[in-house]
Parts: sequence; structure tokens; C-alpha cells
Amino acid sequence: MREISATEIFSAVVGLIQRANFILPDAVVKALKEAHEREASPTGQQTLSILLENVTVAAQEQLPLCQDTGTGIFLVELGQEVHITGGFLNDIIQEAVREAYRSFHLRKSIVNDPVFDRKNTGDNTPAMIHTEIVPGERLKILFAPKGGGCENMSGLWMLTPAEGLEGIRRKVLEFVEWAGPNPCPPIVVGIGIGGSFDQCALLAKKAALRPIGIRNPDPRYAQLEQELLDAVNRLGIGPMGYGGTTTALDVHIEFLPTHITQLPLAINIQCHSARYAEVVL
Amino acid sequence: MNSREKKIQTPLTEDVIQGLKAGDAVRITGILFTARDAAHQRLVSAIQAGQSLPFDLRGQIIYYVGPTPPPPGKPIGSAGPTTSYRMDVYVPYLLEKGLKGMIGKGARSQKVKEDLQKHKALYFGAVGGAGALLARYIHSATVIAYEDLGPEAIRKLQVVNFPAVVINDTYGGDLYEQGKQKYRQT
Repeated sequence: MREISATEIFSAVVGLIQRANFILPDAVVKALKEAHEREASPTGQQTLSILLENVTVAAQEQLPLCQDTGTGIFLVELGQEVHITGGFLNDIIQEAVREAYRSFHLRKSIVNDPVFDRKNTGDNTPAMIHTEIVPGERLKILFAPKGGGCENMSGLWMLTPAEGLEGIRRKVLEFVEWAGPNPCPPIVVGIGIGGSFDQCALLAKKAALRPIGIRNPDPRYAQLEQELLDAVNRLGIGPMGYGGTTTALDVHIEFLPTHITQLPLAINIQCHSARYAEVVL
Repeated sequence: MNSREKKIQTPLTEDVIQGLKAGDAVRITGILFTARDAAHQRLVSAIQAGQSLPFDLRGQIIYYVGPTPPPPGKPIGSAGPTTSYRMDVYVPYLLEKGLKGMIGKGARSQKVKEDLQKHKALYFGAVGGAGALLARYIHSATVIAYEDLGPEAIRKLQVVNFPAVVINDTYGGDLYEQGKQKYRQT
């Protein structure tokens, strides 16, 4: 058994929140630069230049990359040989969110009740935490400040097995076209297929947060990702929806076994400001 | 600054509005008022109750933005546009009161597009996810109403050469539709 202290986790999470909000991951910057090279529309190219300039300005002026510093999404993998000392994991994470959103001047975007009160909690808590118990003695934490604009462009459909691959292709393209300029293209299309209703949504989130450029290890799904990416980029939506050949930077699929009656499909869109940071303790 | 960009001032005049077409890049100088979901709800409730509004809407532009808090020494934090369709239901009330422009990102409803033609008003897009860069064009920010809403409070922004593009004009033009048709390959 390995002990990890609350203090160590707290500092690591505060660090993740800072890094994710001010520094765009290298893979995203690279994808934006490559898109800039390829983009057929002059307005699209200019828009991509603005996004790249924003990355530089954010670092220079110590301003968040985007004003929507998001709902805090945490994907936690907790090794079952780990013993956390000095506090409860979820409390430590929420406390780190409180501290980081205050001290780095990030926007507080969470309301306490979705229907009746809608009062801002004032510290961006609660963050949404998904914890999986895994073998081993490490603690892996991924943080993503998920913006509302792209999160709103999400959906889940319980397709029939008969709809199959064609149904998936059709739904993904229809959905990305429907979302159009709203989720701040160029986007990453996160797709979950299979599992159950609840697991499928989480798969889509994990897919949206997979680093750009990494394909699904199953060659059939990898091919489908590439095929859908090419098809999405033929829709013409373009950077910020002003028209162009770069609508998506990538398409990612995660899948799970499912029930004989089902073909769940979930789509979670990630905007071009694909912010995340990860740490392994 | 690009030479094809048109420099415009707020409040907007009818001549300026009618001279702009979907796809035109503009640089805006003057005052912008911020408002998003919760502030719109309050503005429209006030209109429906016959109460006075915290600012005169005539000729003005509302910017759909909820900025990050200003770090020490800066007038504002990161300040890019939020998605506009959530405000669609409130737009007719504000146009009736003389609002002439909105800045946001994302598509508007058919009703809003028709109302823009009817009331001779414009919808502009700013680049979403470029909030750090856009903050450079905002020289001051003052909360003027609904302070309890935090990031959603109404702020009066002094902007200089704020970059935007006309999405929907007074002639029914729509940059999103035009752009998509031009580059579509299916």
C-alpha cells in the first residue's frame, strides 16, 4: 500500500487548473497550425491565426485562454493500493477548485440549483468528478475546464442495432451540421458507442478529452474516426462557422460492449480551446 | 488592421447599419453593454412590468459576454463571446426598445433574423475562444446593473477597434449560410 497525502493532491490539482486554463496543450496548438496550413478559406485561415495569437496573448498577459473557464471535469483513476491520508478525495479536489478559481482570477460559472434558484455558488464548485478504481498504486487525475457553449452541443440517442454503422455515420454528420457555428469550431467530436445510457455519455466525454492525434487502438474504430473526420470537414462549416474546410481537428470514438437490444450513441463536442491537464501521483 | 475592415462607432446610426452586409469585417469603437442569460431575463421582466431599464437601449450594441475577473492592474479579464441562441427569445423585446446590434457567436433563430430586418439592426460575430486577445480592445469595464449576478452583471465597456464580423444584416444575409455553401463538398 502507498500513502498519498491530501496536501500533495491539493497542490497537484491547483497546478492542473492553472495549467489547463492558461496553456493550450501542445497537440492542440500543433493541430491548429496544421489546420491553418490546409484551410482553403482566407477568412478561415485568418480566424485560425487569431486563435493561435490568442494562445500567445494568454501566456504573455496571464489571462485565461477563454472567459468560459468551465465546469471543472475531473477524470480520476485511483489505484486500489493507494491510501489517501489527511482528507476525503472529493473534498480535497473541491477545495483545490475553490482555491484555484479564486487565486487565478478564473470565472465562476456554476449555479447551485439548475431549475429553481440558479444562484452562482461563487467559487465554481462543485466540480464534476468521475472516479474509477484501477489496479496499482498510482493516482491519475485529468482536469478539463469544459466550456458551456460546446457542452450544450451534446446528445445521446438509443439507436437500434438495425441502424448500425450507417445510423451512426448519419447521426454524427447531422448532429455536427446542426451544431454548426455554436460550439466554436474547429471542434473535437467525442463519440461514445455502446455500454448503457449512463456509460455511453461518459465514453463520449472521455473521447472528447483524448489528446488530438491519438487513434482508437481498434483498427476498425480508428478507420471510422478518420472517415468521420474527413466527412465532417466536407460540411463546409469552417473555423467559427464562417465557412471553410476545417470544421473538426479530430474525431474520437470510445466504445464498450452493449445489450443485445441496444446501440447507444453519445456525442460530446469539445471546442477548439481543448483545454486539459493531467498528473500522475 | 486590415484595410478592408470598416471602422464604426456606437451608438449605431441607420446609415451605418444599412451600409453593412453579412461577411463585412468591422472594428467597433465606443460603448458596448454586456448582458447574457440572467441579465436578459431581468431586462425583459422589467420591460414587461413597465419599469425603467438600467440603460437606454436606443442605438446601442449588447455584447454577449461574461468576462473572467480582472487580474490586478487590468480593466477586465478574458472576454470573448458566448453562444447567442440562448438569448433569442429575449431579442424582440430589446429591439422594440431600440437596440441596434448584438455581438456573440453562433446561429440565430429564423425569428431573430427576420426581426433584424424589420427593426434594421445587426448581429455581429466575435471570435469565440479568443477571450485573452479580445480583452486588449476593452479599455474600461464598469458594472452598471445586477451586480449580484457576478459574471452575468451588466457592464459598460469602453472599446477601441474591437474586431467583429457581420453575421446577419438588414437584408436577410447570413454569413454562416453563405460560408457553408461556399465550402461544402457534399
